[in-house]
Amino acid sequence: MSRAAFSGIGGEASGERKAAFLDGMRLGVGPGAAAFVLALSFGAEAQARDWGFALPVLFSMFAFSGSAQFTLLTTLADGSALAAITSAVLINARYLVMSVALNNSLRGGRLARALQAQALVDASFVVAHRNDGGYDVARLIGASVPQWMLWVSGTAIGALTAPSPDLMHQLGIDVAFPAFFLLLALDELRRSTRALVAGLLGGAIAAALLFVVSPGYALLGATAAALLGVLPEDGETA
Amino acid sequence: MKLWLSVLAVTVASWLMKASAPLVIGGRKLPPTAIRMTALMAPVLLAGLIVTELGGKGWSELDWTQLVGVGTAGGLFLAKVPMLLAVGGGIAITALIRLGLS
Repeated sequence: MSRAAFSGIGGEASGERKAAFLDGMRLGVGPGAAAFVLALSFGAEAQARDWGFALPVLFSMFAFSGSAQFTLLTTLADGSALAAITSAVLINARYLVMSVALNNSLRGGRLARALQAQALVDASFVVAHRNDGGYDVARLIGASVPQWMLWVSGTAIGALTAPSPDLMHQLGIDVAFPAFFLLLALDELRRSTRALVAGLLGGAIAAALLFVVSPGYALLGATAAALLGVLPEDGETA
Repeated sequence: MKLWLSVLAVTVASWLMKASAPLVIGGRKLPPTAIRMTALMAPVLLAGLIVTELGGKGWSELDWTQLVGVGTAGGLFLAKVPMLLAVGGGIAITALIRLGLS
């Protein structure tokens, strides 16, 4: 194949990645808006616990993980640092599973793959999911860009203005996150009967576990429903 | 200092967890069974997130006004309303109900 032909293929692939990245950015704005609101709460709560301004903002910039950040914030005040760190790390254990899921779709060497995987957050993981079961990494990164910007800016504004939790509740802001997750789920569960069954099973496991463990562990337990993938698909032999 | 070190520890652990598969598995491809399982991670995780967000610890945070808002957003989305507007509608309904109750 001629160099021009290679160049054409490369340009086409690059154009596709750019389009996927932009598509991801567009899809990331909605969950980003929800993240902004949650980050306001995080910044305000951090300020109330004397974390100051710089620390919560830097935490949001570099950790970019709402569940771990909230867990550390709330548990550090109540117990030892080791217990708080352990809780915050364990609540993010789902990233181990998501990292494995994403790995086949990543490109380049170990370090490049590890860097691409830093864009991994819940909503981006979902919008990057392709119909063939793989993940579109350009879309994943694109979706994380607005979410990261809104997460960091929300933390900063929350730490500066410290809005009252009662006001946020009165305004119905707590609807934002579960509503976005529901809308993403409505798209995701329509992909196949298997996805629907796995989703319902995951929800049921989480619902049952919530009675006995904290939400982070219930969420981790829900991922066991993905074991349905062990069964061969229609027309496949085990 | 304890606070800063705790934040640093959680941040580094978060990076390592996200990078775990690329660093450990590298470029090796997973077997078909594992790929089928990973393809189901997104719907499973979403369902779990919805339940845990709504229920909270020990189901103590379940709030019917929030459920109505989330249900409204879902209904609007199924009626082809764009995502942001659907969520905005859900938030507005919940805020109105809470205003009426206060």
